[in-house]
Amino acid sequence: MHIRTRRKIINAVNLTASVLTTALGLFFLAWLLWTLFAQGIAHINGALFTQDMPGPGSAGGGLRNAIVGSLLMTAVAVLIGAPLGILAGIYLSEFGRHARISHLVRFISDVLLSAPSIVIGVFVYEIMVAPLGGFSGWAGAVSLAILVVPVVVRTTENIMRLVPDAMREAAAALGAPRWKVINAVVLRAALSGVLTGVLLAVARIAGETAPLLFTALNNQFFSLNMNGPMANLPVTIFNFAMGPYDNWHDLAWAGALLITLAVLGLNIITRVLLRPRRK
Amino acid sequence: MTEQAMTEQATPPAGGTPAPRDEAGEKVKIAVRNLDFFYGDFQALKNIDMDIPEGKVTAFIGPSGCGKSTVLRVFNRIYNLYPRQRASGEVLLDGKNILDDDVDINMLRARVGMVFQKPTPFPMSIFDNIAFGVKLHERLSAAQMEERVEWALRKAALWDEVKDILKRSGSALSGGQQQRLCIARAIAVKPEVLLLDEPTSALDPISTLKIEELINELKENYTIVIVTHNMQQAARVSDYTAFMYLGELVEFSDTATLFTNPREQRTQDYITGRFG
Repeated sequence: MHIRTRRKIINAVNLTASVLTTALGLFFLAWLLWTLFAQGIAHINGALFTQDMPGPGSAGGGLRNAIVGSLLMTAVAVLIGAPLGILAGIYLSEFGRHARISHLVRFISDVLLSAPSIVIGVFVYEIMVAPLGGFSGWAGAVSLAILVVPVVVRTTENIMRLVPDAMREAAAALGAPRWKVINAVVLRAALSGVLTGVLLAVARIAGETAPLLFTALNNQFFSLNMNGPMANLPVTIFNFAMGPYDNWHDLAWAGALLITLAVLGLNIITRVLLRPRRK
Repeated sequence: MTEQAMTEQATPPAGGTPAPRDEAGEKVKIAVRNLDFFYGDFQALKNIDMDIPEGKVTAFIGPSGCGKSTVLRVFNRIYNLYPRQRASGEVLLDGKNILDDDVDINMLRARVGMVFQKPTPFPMSIFDNIAFGVKLHERLSAAQMEERVEWALRKAALWDEVKDILKRSGSALSGGQQQRLCIARAIAVKPEVLLLDEPTSALDPISTLKIEELINELKENYTIVIVTHNMQQAARVSDYTAFMYLGELVEFSDTATLFTNPREQRTQDYITGRFG
């Protein structure tokens, strides 16, 4: 067969294969989203946000306490984890780019990034729940914070490294001390990227169930007290999905859809923030 | 430089030892003695000796990698940002060795300003860009700061183009304007020496011309050292020229002599384009 014809055939085969595999991947994603949507949308209503979790056998109900609990713990987790991560990221980018200890820090950060979250949950159980004698929202927040840190460290370091050295030199050449170069110039240039990293971390912890199982457990009632077990969406979905009641199943679907929409929204926001800006 | 800022420097007492003069009888601003420079194990500068005259424009020319930017970066010790780079020898600014350990580097950089090849406006408004350097060393009232910013922008021939958009981001300007912004930023601190590292190599000819005119005006009040790849620019702009090759200073003389009647064969070969 002529070599050109052979090439054309190979081309066509490869192209078709690539398109088919892409379509396959997208198909499952679309199916997942469609199922979530179809099952959950009917149950997203005002009651979801105004009523607390129904007890066994009670009708109706909502997810108010779970939503509030999740928001609280996420907020505390970010308050603890983001500053730690940002400071570590600044160190790795500005001070310790080639230092021995930086390689170690990056390695540990990467390990934590992919550590099974259930392991983190058990760890926090050991250090906080067992000694203090009870499940608490604080323990839940701490376990989520441990998940936040490595994400923020990575994104902060990467975005700050993107700031060209020429800018650091220009600031230093004016007589600015190191910390001022970092604060007023480098960090400022990288700010939207750093915040995006924090948002990505929030998206990461939004659906984490395993760590909360051992730390915050769950709470049927509305509570703002972080010293005791705290209601949260992921564990609620877990419990309700496995339960025997229909309204529980409906609420589980609604909760799952809610989390998915939140993560989707966060990702869209981060993309909007990071788009190249017209100056 | 304000009085407060000056007191911390080791400037020679007025009426004390007479200022050193070089062979041409010019007052010497920076005297370089036995300067060696290393990037890790690689020796980039070998035993440099030269006198930079005050109030004149000195140009460094030479092929790529000859060390001309390296010498410039010693003058404001910007190489200190990188741990694997080190210098030894003496570089005397008004008689005081700036390579000593007890030198306040930030004060040094306030006296010796630098403009880089690539314009780098900070991520802030044009006004804040200029004010950034000034705020590091002086405490000015809002009115005084506005005056200083206007003064610096006028000196850099940029005022008319930006006076209505001072609040806009520095990166909103064109390449030539950004470079003039960086020059204004460096001048605003009122340094004594201005180091220009290939300031026009990234610019179009019209911007280049504007900046060369600027250098001509600035030399009345500043000592200027300019590194350039462009020999014609050196001939146009400078009073003295140093030709460097492979880390050594080959020849240093007034521009007219160096370009028409150089002493060294290597200089002759370079300026006639036998190598480059």
